Amino acid sequence: MTRRERAILFQVALYVALAAGIVALALVADWPTIRENFWNKGGVDWADGNWGDLITIGMVNTVKYTAIAFAGGLALGLVLALMRLSPVAPYRWLATIYIEFFRGLPALVVMIFMSTGLPIAFGWTPPGGTVGAGLIGLIMVAGAYMAETLRAGIQAVPKGQAEAARSLGMRPGTTTVRVVLPQAFRIVIPPLTNEFVLLIKDTALLFLLGAAANERELTSVAKDFLASGPSAGTATSLVQAALLYLIITLPLTQLVAWLERRQRRSVR
Amino acid sequence: MTAAPVLPERGTMAPAIQVTGLHKHFGRNEVLKGIDFHVDAGQVVCVIGPSGSGKSTLLRCVNRLEEPSAGQILIEGVDICDRKVDLDEVRSRIGMVFQQFNLFPHLNVLKNLTLAQRTVRGRSKDEAVQIARQTLGKVGLSEKESAYPAHLSGGQQQRVSIARALSMNPDMMLFDEPTSALDPELVGDVLAVMKDLASEGMTMMVVTHEMGFAREVGNKLVFMDGGVVVEEGLPTDVLSNPQHERTQAFLSKVL
Repeated sequence: MTRRERAILFQVALYVALAAGIVALALVADWPTIRENFWNKGGVDWADGNWGDLITIGMVNTVKYTAIAFAGGLALGLVLALMRLSPVAPYRWLATIYIEFFRGLPALVVMIFMSTGLPIAFGWTPPGGTVGAGLIGLIMVAGAYMAETLRAGIQAVPKGQAEAARSLGMRPGTTTVRVVLPQAFRIVIPPLTNEFVLLIKDTALLFLLGAAANERELTSVAKDFLASGPSAGTATSLVQAALLYLIITLPLTQLVAWLERRQRRSVR
Repeated sequence: MTAAPVLPERGTMAPAIQVTGLHKHFGRNEVLKGIDFHVDAGQVVCVIGPSGSGKSTLLRCVNRLEEPSAGQILIEGVDICDRKVDLDEVRSRIGMVFQQFNLFPHLNVLKNLTLAQRTVRGRSKDEAVQIARQTLGKVGLSEKESAYPAHLSGGQQQRVSIARALSMNPDMMLFDEPTSALDPELVGDVLAVMKDLASEGMTMMVVTHEMGFAREVGNKLVFMDGGVVVEEGLPTDVLSNPQHERTQAFLSKVL
């Protein structure tokens, strides 16, 4: 047998194994049971079932909370990143301590601390109730991560850019805002979007803090439908929630790919 | 009432650039070992020398992109290391052209030329655009005003960067090996623009390897090696009849 024949035979074997696996799964799996548990219509048309609350309450709040956490985290991260690159040493130390501290903690611990720990310790509740406190915790952690991303982006802008701006007489602040940051942001669009997708999923942690019925995010709504509603007693609502999460996240990754292509066209 | 002081016209009294006893070290590495150097207003001074001789560092000290370790730098008679001097204001009067162009890649050509005019000079948008178009015409790239730097050749990018510096109406121009990063066939366009500038009376300090340009356009040639000025004089004299052994050795390699 020649090498080429062996290679072909190996490929054929791979396809046969795949086909055998699919056939076995189709024969062995109990499709009615699977359908009953993962895609249960609850006896009524599915459009009238879980989707209403899942979308108008859960998905809307998830998007809203993610946007708030991302905007807050980005603002905090930018301040921290500029502090880390500051010529003033104490600013660098403060930023480094903050970043190392909050990157080392689970987001959930910070969120519970903000919503429950602070009221117990100081008798003070952050604004916005439980959800607001949880979001502040999320912002505190996200800011630490985004600071490192932004710092890397700022440092990736060639030194000659700032030198050119300064040689024209531009002030340090103007140089940062008009020359360095616009280029740094382009560099960090992909990692920042990754950060955004992670935040979408981290908003599910708010479920553990509890929220009023109309403040629930997607995971909380789905979890509540496990015990009540038309598909109660089945995993259907979780499957639906998973689909809705993908509807948010998949276009986002496509958007990043498009932005990167456009960026390659206009900048080098 | 006191009589208004009679100020000399800028450049008539003090040299445009006057460097005295300049030292610069990076850590333990001493790059400039006591440089005395000057450029008179309206002069074109070319600085040549082997790589590592400190010529680019000298040029970058002139607008304090590098911080001098010791010595004095006077720009039109003003000590730019004086704390009271507004360094940004001084820099805005000194145009600088880099080996790697350093155009702003996120802005198109016109915005590259107007950004500093607006933020530093405080010019109105219309005025800045008008001046930008003038200088762009001067370097022969009027049709490229809405292009992004990435879409220009190296030679075009360098001419835009010259136009960017000129848009600030500088009193003098610093060139840091402006043609070293260019393909050979693009060098001529950039040198032609620099030649035009020189003929208009622009004060220029040019760190270069282009001996032809130095001979033809320069009023003075400075040869540096090992962090000191080894020899200086009229370009034709230095190039055809170098006095110093190190100058002779260098020129025999590059000519």
